[in-house]
Amino acid sequence: MSEQPILSVRDLKVDFGSHRKPFHAVRGVSFDVFRGETFGLVGESGSGKTTIGRAIIRIYEAAGGEILFRGQRISGRISKDLDREVTRKIQMIFQDPMASLNERAKVDYIVAEGLYNTDRRLTQEQRRQKVEQALLDVGLLPEFASRFPHEFSGGQRQRIGIARALIMQPEFIVADEPISALDVSIRAQVLNLMAELQKERGLTYLFISHDLSVMRFICDRIAVIHKGLLMELADTETLFRHPLHPYTQALLSAVPMPSPDLRQDEPPVLYDESMHDYSVHLPVWCEIEPGHFVRGSEPELEAYRKIIAEG
Amino acid sequence: MEEKTPILSVRNLNVKFSLRGKVLHAIRDVSLDLYKGETLAIVGESGSGKSVLTKTFMGLLDQNGWIDSGSILFQGKDLAKYKTEKEWLTIRGGEIAMVLQDPMTSLNPLKTIGAQIREALMLHRSMNKSQAYQRTIELLNDVGIPDPVRRIRQYPHEFSGGMRQRVVIAIALACNPQILICDEPTTALDVTIQAQILHLIRDLVKKYALTTVYITHDLGVVANVADRVAVMYAGDIVEIGTSREVFYDARHPYTWALLSSLPQLGHRGEKLFSIQGTPPNLYAEIKGDAFAPRNPHALKIDFERRPPLFQVSPTHWARTWLLHPDAPSLDPPEVLQRLRQEEWQ
Ligand SMILES: Nc1ncnc2c1ncn2[C@@H]1O[C@H](COP(=O)(O)OP(=O)(O)OP(=O)(O)O)[C@@H](O)[C@H]1O
Ligand SMILES: [Mg+2]
Repeated sequence: MSEQPILSVRDLKVDFGSHRKPFHAVRGVSFDVFRGETFGLVGESGSGKTTIGRAIIRIYEAAGGEILFRGQRISGRISKDLDREVTRKIQMIFQDPMASLNERAKVDYIVAEGLYNTDRRLTQEQRRQKVEQALLDVGLLPEFASRFPHEFSGGQRQRIGIARALIMQPEFIVADEPISALDVSIRAQVLNLMAELQKERGLTYLFISHDLSVMRFICDRIAVIHKGLLMELADTETLFRHPLHPYTQALLSAVPMPSPDLRQDEPPVLYDESMHDYSVHLPVWCEIEPGHFVRGSEPELEAYRKIIAEG
Repeated sequence: MEEKTPILSVRNLNVKFSLRGKVLHAIRDVSLDLYKGETLAIVGESGSGKSVLTKTFMGLLDQNGWIDSGSILFQGKDLAKYKTEKEWLTIRGGEIAMVLQDPMTSLNPLKTIGAQIREALMLHRSMNKSQAYQRTIELLNDVGIPDPVRRIRQYPHEFSGGMRQRVVIAIALACNPQILICDEPTTALDVTIQAQILHLIRDLVKKYALTTVYITHDLGVVANVADRVAVMYAGDIVEIGTSREVFYDARHPYTWALLSSLPQLGHRGEKLFSIQGTPPNLYAEIKGDAFAPRNPHALKIDFERRPPLFQVSPTHWARTWLLHPDAPSLDPPEVLQRLRQEEWQ
């Protein structure tokens, strides 16, 4: 991949809490996302995946490192113009459609909200047309504009959330657990819709999830995050077939397969950080083979290289 | 095969709720046998009636709900006729115990976990203090909580989500129940923690010879815990069979649809199968097969008459007209063959 990434995260750090007693939620994370791909960020609760997503849309400040969008730095202090552009071009879809939608606002306001902030010159009529189009784009009826979110099913609410993002004509969408709260049958509808929109508009997705089984079938590449650090990054097939890092292996072995003959009878593989001896050799983030990154100390990386060489 | 004895038998159960003057028919004529020592999983989409069905076994229906007809036979008694709290207390916690999705709803934040387990022990089994202490330590060991002597004095908030769920399981076991009902016990947990809890539950089922009802909407979890699977749709069990029968030889179009929409069966770049439409309104009377309006292969009779349960094997039944001898033959969707694919591992 020689082209320039649409988004680059460089040694990103995000802290919470006070200066005296900071909590390091993201502790130095780097990855590139390329135009038109679906890049997965998988990790367990508290691993920092949502924090990275929010740092990208500038809800959280970076304590270190930087984020580049189309080659331009968008973290830290930036110009008003760039800020407005980023607010448009990067949109977020949230996990819980119910919680993320303002229950007392009607659908038309919810969908158009972003326009009020970035495009004040639009007439009411223009805005109405855009809302109508966005609703149609996600397979909802324009009449829904005058209703309230609680009148809709979970899948419909998630579509409203997507319409709200689409109306901004984004290039990059951070989708944070967009289907976790939905039933299996509704999940498929939302995933299909996202894939369709990606094809039509060349959208790029950062897909944040804890559910590896879903990610396998929608992500081109996946990064595994644990306690604020990336453990491994590879294209999806490589990650599933040849995971190198013990945390990736533990995560993969924990995913229950929907097939009784593949039932896991042995106790699940546990990941214990203390298995790494980093007292002499510090771990680094290393591209161990083209496109496949893993975190490890020099002796660990040596062992991984051997595994790769042996195929 | 050894003869199986039902430990609990549900017959023609109907449950209704009244809400703002309207009546919702939540469980529609369900019959079910639970066999001693088995793990039965109940799957179905949100609102299909999984929780309501099992709540009737413990007298835990919300105030506005009632058993309209039918029976629930357990140890020679009909639980459907139980009225008073006093009657239910003989069952609840003692004979049948429940583990819910959010452990905090079952734990008292103001009491140490040791006190909570001890209470359950002394309430349901006449034990003195030192016996109860010994047993509490044993239980915490059994559910895999390290360092129980220290942990016993801690409060729920000092435990992680996974550890809290282990405590809830310990409290459930303290009552030495015959039947353990688990309602989405791992849905809120991380996958690695979920895997551990599932493994734990399977161990405990063996050790304590428990009969388990496991409610979930996650078919991956079902495949990993269940001996038998019941599929619910709109308040009815539409298919029931052994785990392998339901995953590899499903007969009801709804089971087909549910399995087909698994993202795991998709191929990147291809459309996933998705069920059109929405589940029926349970306030209105349902005629025929409740799934018919969403079933692209529905027959005329599906809209007119409720299908009976047809027997497929000694352990497998499905409520679909497709199993009638005169019905046209219809193959299950091809993608279901991917359920067997080995390359997943
Ligand atoms: N107290 C109540 N009043 C009115 N309706 C109720 C009440 N409790 C449950 N219901 C209805 O009964 C039906 C079955 O609900 P139930 O909670 O059993 O579904 P479920 O299969 O457990 O769903 P989920 O997967 O969301 O937990 C639903 O239509 C629900 O809205
Ligand atoms: Mg439920």
